[in-house]
Amino acid sequence: MKILVCLSKVPDTTSKISFTDNNTRFNSQGVQYILNPSDEWYALVRAIELKEAKLAESVSAVMVGGAEDDALLRKAVAIGADTLYRINAQPMDAYSVARMLADFIKTQDFQLVLTGRETIDYNGGEVPALLAEMLGWELASPVNKLDIVEGKARMESELGALTQVLEADLPLVISAAKGMADQRIPNMWGIRNSRMAVIQVVEPQPVEPLVRFVNYELPPAKGQVKMIPADQPELLVDLLHNEAKVI
Amino acid sequence: MNILVFAESQHGAIKKSGLEAVTYAARTASQHQGTVTCLVAGVDENVASGLGAYGAHKVLKMESHPDALGLSDALSEAIAATQARLVVLAYDALGRHLAPRLSARLGAALISGASGLPEIQGDTLRVRKSVFSGKAFATLECSTPIKILAFSPNTLAPEKKEGTAEVVSFSPATRNSRIRVIKTEEKQGEVALPDAEIVVSAGRGLKGPENWGIVEDLAHALNAATACSRPVADIGWRPHHEHVGQTGLTVRPNLYIAIGISGAIQHLAGVNQSKVIVVINKDPEAPFFKAADYGIVGDAFEVVPRITEAVKKLKAGA
Ligand SMILES: Cc1cc2nc3c(=O)[nH]c(=O)nc-3n(C[C@H](O)[C@H](O)[C@H](O)COP(=O)(O)OP(=O)(O)OC[C@H]3O[C@@H](n4cnc5c(N)ncnc54)[C@H](O)[C@@H]3O)c2cc1C
Ligand SMILES: Nc1ncnc2c1ncn2[C@@H]1O[C@H](COP(=O)(O)O)[C@@H](O)[C@H]1O
Repeated sequence: MKILVCLSKVPDTTSKISFTDNNTRFNSQGVQYILNPSDEWYALVRAIELKEAKLAESVSAVMVGGAEDDALLRKAVAIGADTLYRINAQPMDAYSVARMLADFIKTQDFQLVLTGRETIDYNGGEVPALLAEMLGWELASPVNKLDIVEGKARMESELGALTQVLEADLPLVISAAKGMADQRIPNMWGIRNSRMAVIQVVEPQPVEPLVRFVNYELPPAKGQVKMIPADQPELLVDLLHNEAKVI
Repeated sequence: MNILVFAESQHGAIKKSGLEAVTYAARTASQHQGTVTCLVAGVDENVASGLGAYGAHKVLKMESHPDALGLSDALSEAIAATQARLVVLAYDALGRHLAPRLSARLGAALISGASGLPEIQGDTLRVRKSVFSGKAFATLECSTPIKILAFSPNTLAPEKKEGTAEVVSFSPATRNSRIRVIKTEEKQGEVALPDAEIVVSAGRGLKGPENWGIVEDLAHALNAATACSRPVADIGWRPHHEHVGQTGLTVRPNLYIAIGISGAIQHLAGVNQSKVIVVINKDPEAPFFKAADYGIVGDAFEVVPRITEAVKKLKAGA
């Protein structure tokens, strides 16, 4: 069984967010990019664990992005992926990204496609179900635990107070969420491997995005915090009831 | 403009997110002389016609309650039947399955996680959503013939007025997902975190899982959901689904109470859209106070039980 993990790049979680060109473009000056945490920590690491447990043949990683993303994509090999693909296009919206991923997947023989639950930049969470629909595959989402038992996917999915144990035949798209695996720090061997890793560049059919980003705004600054003395916590309840009117 | 809205039900009643969806669709329609048709499953005639009070003109009522794949089929058929140009639904766990599927199937633009009502001019729809985990807002635009607008739950409160809707029974052809549910466990008596109006959250300041009683007591008194910071879920003090923040769940309740949480940027990213934030921390320099509306510098073990008592007294008096 071959696994494909979809990786996206996002600004580091501590990045200061700002915009340029009259607030129409994200300002990437000085921004450090990382692999989207749920793609790397959960989807990729679990895929590699399945391979190490001999439950998967190979792990490939794919990113829709430009040549400037190659260094980041290589990190997947440092962590333990076998093969890297970059679909050569700038991501414009979830629909066009999913379409390019689906077109690529159709030319390959992956049985399991793992994505993250959502990206931390545009917080869409759209790609997993778009992909499933475009491929005509089933989707399990969000998935917090994943095992392969007798060629089938065994999963746990947590939705608020509801936990479900699921079983599905392959092929399957899975969106990975917390609990599936733990972050892995690449070792020296992995880092050396990744430097030599070949990235297979795939030229996609052009796809028009369906959604455009018009402009951005920063949220209004928070007002002054009202401090309540620690020996009168009852006052808080009074304020929440009578002033803020939230209880 | 014809709007189709999906309202999710549970145990025979429309969920709050479903009532929000109908309200959202009705408010959008009122600006554009639109009609609102609502698709529901798993409710009786009365509940269905009752959606008229929230602004639905017509309700398509399904007898069966299909899974996510089946619901996406039902919605596709309903879109065709009503010639809907705009589809409205909540972007919650189910919406994350439905909305992208419809988008891919119909080539319809999807804007997900909208945090306000749309502006529609001619063929173009614009709406705002929160991006970069709450650190900014973006305005998005689309103009495909059919558009899908999936708003963030808790964007607006359900508005109940007078009126009943015409109910039409609807029997679309629906598939069943081949994914088998082996086991379902539902923790009783707990408020689900994603749609909670009040969230009581705690961090490493609580020192250990055995101390969560004071957090749970306060949550019970407020009828709130419980949440936690990432390290707390990582060490296994609390279940993973309670982890909020940039790499966990994003919540936007009316009230978020943070107990013994320092307020790291990654934590704030998941909670900074809450309407009112209360921070209880023994360190006056904790960064969370900068994001708070109300703060108490004090020891959680002393302060929190007293707050719980005061809440109980308030509720008993009300
Ligand atoms: C890539 C990345 C992603 C991350 N994503 C997330 C995320 O999604 N969510 C998240 O939460 N974190 C996330 N983190 C971790 C984050 O940076 C912080 O480490 C974490 O939020 C700290 O958790 P905490 O506030 O519970 O613990 P601490 O930072 O240890 O803070 C404990 C607080 O409790 C207070 N305290 C101690 N005793 C008491 C007492 N008796 N009474 C009252 N107060 C007391 C202390 O003053 C302190 O402020 C992420 C980090 C990285 C690098
Ligand atoms: N440019 C991209 N290249 C590859 N995979 C992506 C890309 N963008 C998003 N994905 C995948 O889709 C998931 C959800 O993304 P989104 O719908 O944008 O929130 C991510 O966690 C990735 O696994």
